[in-house]
Amino acid sequence: MAIDWYLVVSALIFCIGAGGVLVRRNPLVILLCLELMLNAANLALIAFARMHGNSDGQIFALIVLVVAACEVTVGLGLIVAIFRRRLPVDVDELRELQG
Amino acid sequence: MSAVIFFIAAIGAIAGAIGVVALRNPFYSVLALVGHLLALAALFLLLRAEFVAAAQVVVYAGAVMVLYLFVVSYVGGGARPLTPGGSSLRAVAGFAMLALFAELAIAVLGSGLKAISGDGAPYVSGFGSPAAIGEALLTKFLFPFEVASLLLLVAAVGAVVLARRRGGTTLEDEIRDSAHWITPRSLFSGTMAEAVGAIRPPAEQEPGQAATDETELGRPVATPAGRDEEVGW
Amino acid sequence: MSTTTWAWLVLAFPLAGAIVNGLGFKALGRRGAGAIGTAAIGLAFVCALGALISLQGHASDHRQLVSSLWDYAVTGPGVDARLSILVDPLSVYMMLVVTGVSTLIHLYSVSYMKGDRGYARYFAYLNFFVFSMLLLVLGGNFLVLIVGWAFVGAASYLLISFWYRRGTATQAGIKAFVINVVGDVGLVLGTFFILRYSGTLDLLGTFRAADGGAFAGHQGALTAGCLLLLVGAFAKSAQIPLHTWLPDAMEGPTPVSSLIHAATMVTAGVYLIARMHPLFERAPAAADTAAIVGCVTLLVAGTIGLVMTDIKRVIAYSTMSQIGYMIMAVGAGGYVAGLFHLMTHAFFKALLFMAAGSIIGAMAGGQSLERMSGFRRAMPFTFGCFVVGGLALSGVPPFSGFFSKDEILAWIGSRGGGWDALYVLGYAGAFLTAVYTWRMIFRAFFGEPCAEARELEHGHLAHAEVPTNPATGEQEDADVGFPGPEHTIAERALPMKVSMTLLAIGATVAGFVQVPFVDDVVTKFLAPTFADSKYVHLQPSDGLITFGLILGTVIALAGIALAHRVWVAKPGSAAAWQARFKPAYELFVHKWWFDEAIDLLVVRPFAAFGDFSRRTFERVVVEGTLVDGTTSVVRAGSAAVRAIQTGFLRYYAALLLLGGAAVLLYFLIASS
Repeated sequence: MAIDWYLVVSALIFCIGAGGVLVRRNPLVILLCLELMLNAANLALIAFARMHGNSDGQIFALIVLVVAACEVTVGLGLIVAIFRRRLPVDVDELRELQG
Repeated sequence: MSAVIFFIAAIGAIAGAIGVVALRNPFYSVLALVGHLLALAALFLLLRAEFVAAAQVVVYAGAVMVLYLFVVSYVGGGARPLTPGGSSLRAVAGFAMLALFAELAIAVLGSGLKAISGDGAPYVSGFGSPAAIGEALLTKFLFPFEVASLLLLVAAVGAVVLARRRGGTTLEDEIRDSAHWITPRSLFSGTMAEAVGAIRPPAEQEPGQAATDETELGRPVATPAGRDEEVGW
Repeated sequence: MSTTTWAWLVLAFPLAGAIVNGLGFKALGRRGAGAIGTAAIGLAFVCALGALISLQGHASDHRQLVSSLWDYAVTGPGVDARLSILVDPLSVYMMLVVTGVSTLIHLYSVSYMKGDRGYARYFAYLNFFVFSMLLLVLGGNFLVLIVGWAFVGAASYLLISFWYRRGTATQAGIKAFVINVVGDVGLVLGTFFILRYSGTLDLLGTFRAADGGAFAGHQGALTAGCLLLLVGAFAKSAQIPLHTWLPDAMEGPTPVSSLIHAATMVTAGVYLIARMHPLFERAPAAADTAAIVGCVTLLVAGTIGLVMTDIKRVIAYSTMSQIGYMIMAVGAGGYVAGLFHLMTHAFFKALLFMAAGSIIGAMAGGQSLERMSGFRRAMPFTFGCFVVGGLALSGVPPFSGFFSKDEILAWIGSRGGGWDALYVLGYAGAFLTAVYTWRMIFRAFFGEPCAEARELEHGHLAHAEVPTNPATGEQEDADVGFPGPEHTIAERALPMKVSMTLLAIGATVAGFVQVPFVDDVVTKFLAPTFADSKYVHLQPSDGLITFGLILGTVIALAGIALAHRVWVAKPGSAAAWQARFKPAYELFVHKWWFDEAIDLLVVRPFAAFGDFSRRTFERVVVEGTLVDGTTSVVRAGSAAVRAIQTGFLRYYAALLLLGGAAVLLYFLIASS
């Protein structure tokens, strides 16, 4: 398949993930949608790596993978802490940074 | 042949993505994401990124998602009804999605890059193999490699700190130990809005009533009044 | 020691006295402050004598000596600001008058201010005043003159409102200060006009430049400058229309009135015109204006003095009138005549004020002529001083006022032409002078003794139970800021007696230095200063002089006789006259409505302007529009921006995505 198909798929997944961030209220699901967006980026990177024949893109994608893992870790820790304090696990309720 | 596999994998990925967004139960969303990740691994294989595909399956789908499942089980999070206030945001979300997708598509397809119309560069043996990746990681990308490991350390420590319990009490003790309760805070509790006078303190109550109020969880939530001239800065 | 060194010492002693009294008032106590103050001025007088003797040692055309202590700012042609003094016959003459009379007044104050809690402050202020006046007369350039001028105004304010807890006194002080500042503005602006074309601030340099034709094509500027200088002179010398402060200034202690408002400060205007005579002679319009204003003042003040009931105010208007004579004289070019009258006036006016202080003490602080009568037996010494002063003031020979006043009027007459009108008016004023002076004396000392006089005849000095403000009658106490509880009269206080005796002797014999046809000591002494005057060769004819002497005597005696008839021989005729000339009486009693006119024309518009500025401009424009407008704009802006921070995570995410999409759109369009 031509590379542009992969890129279109990547764009589609990215947009679905973005929409999910906006629509869902559960922070866990929002994090999942963030993962979607990261994976879409990964797909684009790998596609371009194939296009150029350069494995730099794959290394980049690996590092993105590492970063995603770290982010999930910390994010989940936050959510657990919120849950432990009996606060509603709902991003619409958690708005003390309101100014 | 590769086209067929591509389409199957692509549809699987997209279906998983839609499943993540649309499914009500977060547990199901996680499972949908796992499916999405596996489909994506197939796509990676089609693009000759063997090591990354393997890493994706083992690390991402295998470890990170399992962690996710643990947390979802702990936190729970059943179906929550969408509040009326969210509908406008859904419209905005839909519009933003469509707009973004359109732009990206135009950007990609209308960019004039000839190379994306083809299958990519000629295949070099060993492209995407663990050997090639390892060599790159230890020579050209040594510094990002080290930094990434540092990042992992930081994340691990951070997660432990965030989720630890205080004082060594068990979960059951916490439920009964009201001293550790942090009551849901009312609107008037040290927020920026209060500081600038966008909301006012709860109305004054008579002393008789105040005694009974204290036993409740926090104070009655005051309706946020409009900005008042007297409050000022 | 050189002449200028003597002059610097004359300046130094009062300044030192003021500083010592001012800083060490707690340590010095009563007697110390008075002694230091009087000694300082006494030493200054001695040094002034030294300067006189030393000056006369110079050749007669080398008697204008300049000494500069410090060059403050010298910028080539133009501003040369130095701390310099000019010692010449005129300044030595003024120095002697000032220090001489001041010494006697300090001596008088030692006992007059005995019970006052602000004793040391008083002497510090008084010394400061004498220092300022000396600075004024010794100033060798416009800068020092202006500095002395301003200091004198400040000292006058400090001393008028000396009893600062009295509302009337502080208001009077402010009024005096404000009018003096108007004069200061005139003085400084006049200096600018003159400096522009003379190129130097130095007095002698300016006169040389004027001689050399610096103002040749700039007559307008010179006249404007001289007229502005006149504004300053009129404010300081209480000439119309800037005279309204002088009667109110009687709120100050009597020695202050005697020193400042009789002998020294009010003569500063006369000194100014005499000193600037080279400029005034080249600006005849200004000189004539001065003479006319002086004449008008002497008549108006004379008429007001006829109806005033406060004894100090009668003497104050008398001062205004006599200064009018002096201004008229120096405006007409009779500098020596004017300055001679300045000296004799200093003697007899200071004497009159001192005597008034004595009788006020007998009245326990009361000043109203309506309540005084018959003090002749109770206070013979004071009566004698009043008589001597009154005779001198009225111009009865052989007292000093006779010779000086007639010299002025003879000079005016010898100018001829339109000046004859002023000549006649001058004699009319002399008649008025005699009348109001002796009205005061007859009312206070003749007739049935009043209660205080009777008490005093029995040897008991009247004492007010509750101290009151003599002007408004409101109650006061005798603490600091108010007059002390004790009052003194001359008969019982030796320092007062000594100073009044010396002044009485001066008032009697001072005229003999310049008797017509006999000697002209003053003229000869002042000749070096006025050698460059264009009137130096103008001499009144012998016939005119003789006529003037006789006319002056006749008028003075006629005035005294009329006063005697109205107030002694036929009591009640004063009321009859008052009823017959009611409109005139009303005009005089209301002081020719000057206060009301100034209030209407100046004070109210300014107050209205200030009110407008505060109410409309300040509040609406500055506060409302500029300040509040700015803050409300900022507040509205920040409120608008704050609306973005809702706290909703998804809202922020939406903004992020929309923004990203917008940027992407921009780049898509830009690159296509």
